[in-house]
Amino acid sequence: MTTIYLDNNATTRTAPEVVEAMTPYLTELYGNPSSMHTFGGQVRKKIEDALEQIAALINAEPEEILFTSCGTESDNTALMSAVETFPQKKHLITTRVEHPAVLNFCHYLGRKGFRTTYLPVNALGQIDPVVLDNEADADTVIVSIMSANNETGVIFPVGTVAPRLHERGILFHTDAVQAAGKIPLDVRKIPIDMLSISGHKLHAPKGVGALYVRKGTRFHPYMIGGHQEHSRRAGTENVASIIGLGKAAELARANLTEEIAYLGRLRDRLEQGLLSSCPHARVNGDTANRLPNTTNISFEYIEGEAILLRLNEYGICASSGSACTSGSLEPSHVLRAMGVPYTAVHGSIRFSLSRYNSDRDIDTVLEVMPSIIRDLRELSPFGRDKRVSSGGQTNE
Amino acid sequence: MWDYTDKVKEAFLRPKNVGEIKNADAIGEVGSIVCGDALKLYLRIDRETETILDARFQTFGCASAIASSSALTELIKGKTLDEALSVTNQDIADFLGGLPAQKMHCSVMGREALEAAIANYRGAPLLKTGTERVVCKCFDVTEDKIRRVAMENHLKTVDEITNFTKAGGGCGECKSEIEKILLSIVIQESR
Ligand code: FES
Repeated sequence: MTTIYLDNNATTRTAPEVVEAMTPYLTELYGNPSSMHTFGGQVRKKIEDALEQIAALINAEPEEILFTSCGTESDNTALMSAVETFPQKKHLITTRVEHPAVLNFCHYLGRKGFRTTYLPVNALGQIDPVVLDNEADADTVIVSIMSANNETGVIFPVGTVAPRLHERGILFHTDAVQAAGKIPLDVRKIPIDMLSISGHKLHAPKGVGALYVRKGTRFHPYMIGGHQEHSRRAGTENVASIIGLGKAAELARANLTEEIAYLGRLRDRLEQGLLSSCPHARVNGDTANRLPNTTNISFEYIEGEAILLRLNEYGICASSGSACTSGSLEPSHVLRAMGVPYTAVHGSIRFSLSRYNSDRDIDTVLEVMPSIIRDLRELSPFGRDKRVSSGGQTNE
Repeated sequence: MWDYTDKVKEAFLRPKNVGEIKNADAIGEVGSIVCGDALKLYLRIDRETETILDARFQTFGCASAIASSSALTELIKGKTLDEALSVTNQDIADFLGGLPAQKMHCSVMGREALEAAIANYRGAPLLKTGTERVVCKCFDVTEDKIRRVAMENHLKTVDEITNFTKAGGGCGECKSEIEKILLSIVIQESR
């Protein structure tokens, strides 16, 4: 059975070009970039190339980039640096729909005595910049708002909020882990102070990330030790993966326009097809401001894990915001923050595409999904013509 | 991904005894769409011998909830009501070759639906009386249920209670209350 991989917001295939670029640095070119000999020095050069490639993806300067071990480390570093370098300020703002890498770090700081504000989202999963204006005050050290949401693909108005915060002298960080390589990002046009990138979301390997820190921004390292990365991140560089991330960034930048069009077309075909062939299905999130590769659809009255395991029988990989798949007993915090009704929240399925998907992949999903949904609805005590338990809400 | 046994997978992909029984002699309904799983059990019962002639189900829930429901119907068909009542949640899990620890609540739900159905047949009220004390507001779990499941399955920790009843798995506010209940059971048992 061939795998139909539609879970690219979880992780992506490492691009063959990336693997090729990395291989020499996993084999014969094993030098330490900090060494004084030519053998290590040639590795240093490649790291500098990677810095340039990442910088180009977001229109930054190479000196403004540091490599990390993952998106989570980038997010943690940004927030920690802000509170370390402005010790007199004790307030942070983020959103209710952030990735746990930001959300749980804010919870942690909250327990350490910081005041934390979690901005609500509307039914479309969108924040209100005016609410942010009102919540921010002289005590606010940093605002962290993701560029795009991992579950719904909703793109946040970073371009609107960043200048207003900049004017007020409040740091702005954005978790661009899902956005980088999927939509244009420009830190020269938009005054973003810090921006997080994760390698494995854009066809680089797992275990490498990057953090952009605007020139002149006060910075405090999170990893403390040696003088690597200009003393901004200690630890011997993950050389091969860094080179891979550079290559992945270069590929993403070179093909961005075509990929946006290609993925948008495939995604829309999938979404329209499912909505028209499966009754009681609804799209979650702001479809007017959304990553081109993502669709999050709720199939009402049935449960997401069951849908995923049926899809799995056909080699189709997707993910769900249902409680049963998260390892917790509560469904997706993102969908709950949006107020998605309980009839729909448990049956949400996210399909996230990449350049390696084809029309044939979409055909297969469109072929098998209606009968999976029908089958599980047959099994369900809820739904049309069936009694809905007192606790449930119907949303026809 | 959950480590489901082949039996769980089989019972999920090809569940037995799915659907309604028209004019069923008994119906047992537990769970809700809010909590994420719900089971409606239908029984046809021979009035004279009190034997379960047919059992069917409808389940909203994950793979292990559907598998547990299927297992339940297979276990109780042909049994008398009293025999059926001796089926425990552990029997349901065993029938499936075991369930992941965090999914044990699915087997508990099966057992509860059976009790609800039999209570319904015997004329007891189908729904909770409302006088029982709810300990976990997130998942609507009563003290009675926590006590019972803890004693029957020899549970010792709050995490185990969460795995078997979901109580404590939401906001977590009820955890200290669950701790107290567990403690009182230990004291009772050691008397
Ligand atoms: S009240 Fe029990 S988890 Fe919230």
